[in-house]
Formats: sequence, structure tokens, C-alpha cells
Amino acid sequence: MNPENYLYLSVLLFTIGAAGVLLRRNAIVVFMCIELMLNAANLAFVTFARMHGNLEGQVFAFFTMVVAAAEVVVGLAIIMTIFRARRSASVDDANLLKN
Amino acid sequence: MSTGTAEAVQFWLLGGLAVLGAIAMVCATKAVYSALFLAVTMIILAVFYIAQGAVFLGVVQVVVYTGAVMMLFLFVLMLVGVDSADSLTETLKGQRPAAIAAGIGFGLVVIGAIGNASVESGRPDFVGLDAANAGGNVEGLAELIFVRYLWAFELTGALLIIATVGAMILAHRERFTERQGQRELSEQRFRDGTHVTPMPSPGVYARHNAVDWPARLPDGSPSELSVNPMHRGHRDGEM
Repeated sequence: MNPENYLYLSVLLFTIGAAGVLLRRNAIVVFMCIELMLNAANLAFVTFARMHGNLEGQVFAFFTMVVAAAEVVVGLAIIMTIFRARRSASVDDANLLKN
Repeated sequence: MSTGTAEAVQFWLLGGLAVLGAIAMVCATKAVYSALFLAVTMIILAVFYIAQGAVFLGVVQVVVYTGAVMMLFLFVLMLVGVDSADSLTETLKGQRPAAIAAGIGFGLVVIGAIGNASVESGRPDFVGLDAANAGGNVEGLAELIFVRYLWAFELTGALLIIATVGAMILAHRERFTERQGQRELSEQRFRDGTHVTPMPSPGVYARHNAVDWPARLPDGSPSELSVNPMHRGHRDGEM
């Protein structure tokens, strides 16, 4: 098996995550799809690190994980605040600026 | 370079499972199922990291993602309400088919780009991490993080602190009025004069003494006041 297959798997996971962001309405599930996309990017980083034989890709994946953790904390706090104000976690209901 | 048979078998088995988990996460009707399927995919990715020589990242993946991040997701799901279902009304007409088409198109383009790149460069050999990991994976990463990427590492530390403070500010709720204690509520009841006594208990003189069963008044009619507002309306028409 060529290790390139890991890259194809990463692209597949990223695509599923991106499609999920477009398809789902629940803000928390949308957020999970974003996490899936970040994970897919990490898999690509790790595969590239192996491809080129140095650890820089793994360092980048590590930094991605740190940023993802910070993003999850703030994002979930925002979802909680929106839920508290509007009693709904659906992204369709946050349309205060529409009318 | 080609991987061994063991890694190929592992890849095809677990890779298929990972894709299935991701699809199930997008398609699951309940958010809790989505979280569990995402956890499956993340654990499989941790296995792949370890298989590719990223031992430290594999462990961090399990600890940070499947441990901390997914726990946070489930925690917020419990707070927001597990049964908050997805609305099926289409705000934008034809958005779902368009999103699926865009996803398939995007996937095809990127997969084609990777295939094209590897064909054009004549399928370069994977160098492998044996040389880079010779002194230990954790030691090699530490040397990079704490020497070459020290500045970025310190910035991520600042980022984490900012995120923590931001989450605390977002979660903080300012109380604009004094908290209503038992004394204040009692005084309020006497001032209004509408309902001075405590509320009737649920289920008194009724057929059942469940908490969602209204008490009977002397004339036999049910008293809605006796039922907690959370449970009101569940017993319509069968008093």
C-alpha cells in the first residue's frame, strides 16, 4: 500500500466535514463537523511529515490541536450564550438582523 | 516506499470505519449519536498517527480530542438539551442538494489534485520517519517546539489564556436585580394578595400521586396550579 492513501482518506474526511457544515442546522453538530475537518488536516500533516522524513509536519499538527482546543472553548461558550438568549441551538433561528 | 501488509490491512479496515463514522456523524438524527460517531473517527485517527510514527500526537489526540474536546461537546449537549432536533424546514431553497453536489465536487477536485501531483512528481518515495525518530519521537518534537518554534509555542500559550478568559466572560451572567429569597418571595405574595398560601401539592385526592398529576379541588376539578410548569400539559384530556 502506498502511504499516499492516508492523504486520500484525509481528503475524504475533510469533504464529509465540509458537507456536514453545509447540511446540518444544529450549531453543535456543525461544530463537530469543523472538528472533523481539523482532524483530517492533522492526518494530512502527519502523512506529509512521514513523506518528507522530518518532524515539522507533526509540530504543525500539534499547533493545530492547540488552536482547535481554544476554538472549541470559545465556540461552545458562544453557542451557550446564543442558546440562553434564543432558547435554540439551530443556526437558522439566529436571524435577528434579517428583518 | 511501500508499507507492510499489516499496515495495509489496518488502513483498509480502520480507514473504512473512519469514513463510515464520519458519514454517520453527519447523518445521525440526534446530536449525541453524532458526538459518539465523531469520537470513533477520532480514535481511529489516533491509531493512524501512531502507525505513521507520530506516537506523541497519537496520545495527544486521545487525551485532548476524544477526552477533553468530546467531553466538552457532550457537556454542552446536556446543557442545551439532548433532544433539540434539527429543523427540517429549508430556509434556502435547494440548499441540501447543492451542498451535497458541492461536497462531491470538492472531494473529486482535491483527490484529483493529489493524484495529479503524485503522478507529475513521479511518485516520490516516502522517506519515512525512522531517521527523524531515531532519538525518540517526543525528544525530536520537543527540540523543534522549544527551539525553532518557541515563539509560536509561546503565542499558543497566550491564545489558550485568552480563550479561557473569553469563555469565562461569555459564560458570566450579570445579575441586574437582587436575588429573590424565601423572605422576599413571601412578602411579594402578601403584597399581591392573589395567592398567599403555598401552592397545592400535585396528586392530592386525584387518582394517582405522580408529580405531573394535578390535585383535585373540593368541587372535583383539577388544579393546574398544583403541577410544576415543566410538567403542565402532559396529561391533557385524561384527568
